[in-house]
Amino acid sequence: MFLAQSSPYLKPDLNVSKMMRVVTLLMVPGILTATYVFGYGVLVNILLAIVFALSFEAIILYLRKRPVRVYINDNSALLTAVIIGVALPPLAPWWLTFVGVFFAIVVAKQLYGGIGYNTFNPAMVAYAILLVSFPAQMTTYWQTPVMLLSHVDGQTLSLLETVQFQLFSQLPANVTMDALTFASPLSIVRTSVLSGAATIGEIDAQGNAFGVFGGIGTEWVNLAFLAGGLFMLRKGLISWHIPISLLAMLGFLSLLFGSFELDSNPSPLFHLFSGATMLGAFFIATDPVTAATTPRGRIFYGAGIGALIYIIRTWGGYPDAIAFSVLLMNMCVPLLDYYTQPRVYGHKADNDDQEQP
Amino acid sequence: MANTETQTDTQIEDESKLSLIEEYAPIAKDGLWTNNAVFAQMLGLCPLLAVSNSVVNALGLGIATIMVMILSNVSVSLIRNIVRPEIRLPVFVVIIASAVTTIELIIHAWFHELYLVLGIFIPLIVTNCAIIARAEAFASKNTLGKSFFDGLMMGLGFALVLVTLGAFREVIGIGTLFANAHIMFGEGMQWLTIEVFSDYDGFLLAILPPGAFIGLAFLLAARNLFEKKRKDKEKQKKQQEKLTLEASAV
Repeated sequence: MFLAQSSPYLKPDLNVSKMMRVVTLLMVPGILTATYVFGYGVLVNILLAIVFALSFEAIILYLRKRPVRVYINDNSALLTAVIIGVALPPLAPWWLTFVGVFFAIVVAKQLYGGIGYNTFNPAMVAYAILLVSFPAQMTTYWQTPVMLLSHVDGQTLSLLETVQFQLFSQLPANVTMDALTFASPLSIVRTSVLSGAATIGEIDAQGNAFGVFGGIGTEWVNLAFLAGGLFMLRKGLISWHIPISLLAMLGFLSLLFGSFELDSNPSPLFHLFSGATMLGAFFIATDPVTAATTPRGRIFYGAGIGALIYIIRTWGGYPDAIAFSVLLMNMCVPLLDYYTQPRVYGHKADNDDQEQP
Repeated sequence: MANTETQTDTQIEDESKLSLIEEYAPIAKDGLWTNNAVFAQMLGLCPLLAVSNSVVNALGLGIATIMVMILSNVSVSLIRNIVRPEIRLPVFVVIIASAVTTIELIIHAWFHELYLVLGIFIPLIVTNCAIIARAEAFASKNTLGKSFFDGLMMGLGFALVLVTLGAFREVIGIGTLFANAHIMFGEGMQWLTIEVFSDYDGFLLAILPPGAFIGLAFLLAARNLFEKKRKDKEKQKKQQEKLTLEASAV
């Protein structure tokens, strides 16, 4: 007996669940590097975020009377949780992760209709809400990068002490918050240049912001995420349009403005290899649900994010800008998709102004 | 004139069979719940979202709005038979603007600190569409007593939502209730301030404008859920009654 079946007849090798799992796995090199640089807090954050995210997802799916197991198994909540865990400051208290994951999964994802329906990237909604609501914790709870420990007489925590601090906010007796944390390269550059306290050359001479080629500490994390991202490109998990146009735009703008005023603009390499640039370009901006879907639209989308990152980092109110840039461009996606529909094969190109190259 | 006709109609009806409670209860229910200015008509959202960041601010603006609504409804009702329909809207606008100016001067004189906090949103009451909507839809067609009561109830409905939203935002945002109570009730009422969570870090989002939108959305969702459940129950009840009727008939 033949089984009656409708198209598609060829099952794709890659379904949502597997794709999300592979993308999450490709973040591992970046996560491990971040753990080496910023301490065990990164791992604790990710673990907490995963537990919270899966519980919230299960609860709200149950409340919405959707099949819990099916949607939990698509691994999208897992990927969101891992991105939130990496993006949060390594010493974030547990409730910061809790609030962030709540807004990501419950408000930004499920209240909009679940996977496939959310307009905004859930992980970035969480980050933006936390940054706006808890600016102190979000900007100062960054542990001193391991490369700077000897340079600034910093202190570090063991795994147990980290867990104790994040869950119960108890520090060991001889450790102070000031010695434990250090401003990120991006915020050092921003505050000193904005207030006119130091030029780029002077910051460089102090040796606590610039590493070998990017921001100190974060350059290696960015490099690891770049490696994971390039592997995704090679495997065809993401198309090249978004990350390449994003990085190109950010590099171009920093080169353009950097060549005018060398004293107040760090090099393009610094912009590309500090903060969350590579994580944003390859793992956050490429979210298949919230990104543009047409090839040309994706180029505009990526370039828009790149330009916004540079604008907010240089002239805006925050040192890093991945979350706000991605959210702002998420809003433009319907417009971009509408005006960049590719010509259907066999149809003539319209001569409308919207179709001009 | 259509207005006078309907008015006399209702008057006859009123006198013939409706008691006082039967007459006024629907107005109260309309203003507070079924036809609530915010929940059902979605009017006056601008002051609602801007001023609901604490209970005291919300209460201040809520009371001011109630006063304006009563004043405008009463005045419109008083002159409803004199004003020609062609020019009624400009007349309503002038009445509402005068009422708002009066209230603004009163607050400025006796509640100066509250005036400084509410600022532009007191004169902006004049743009609250709920007020002109009531003047047009109710006060211009009904008697003085009814219009007064409708203004009171519509204003109360608006103020209740405003205070509810303000309470949620204040508790979540800074962990207190009735903070700055003295700017409304005088120095003697400082004790009104309640610290709901002690040692609370504060959740700024709730105080900021996005918190107003998110909070209002959750309130509306809760109301819709409640209404849906109630309607479902009524339907079930009706069906059951029908079934029992049919059964008894058989």
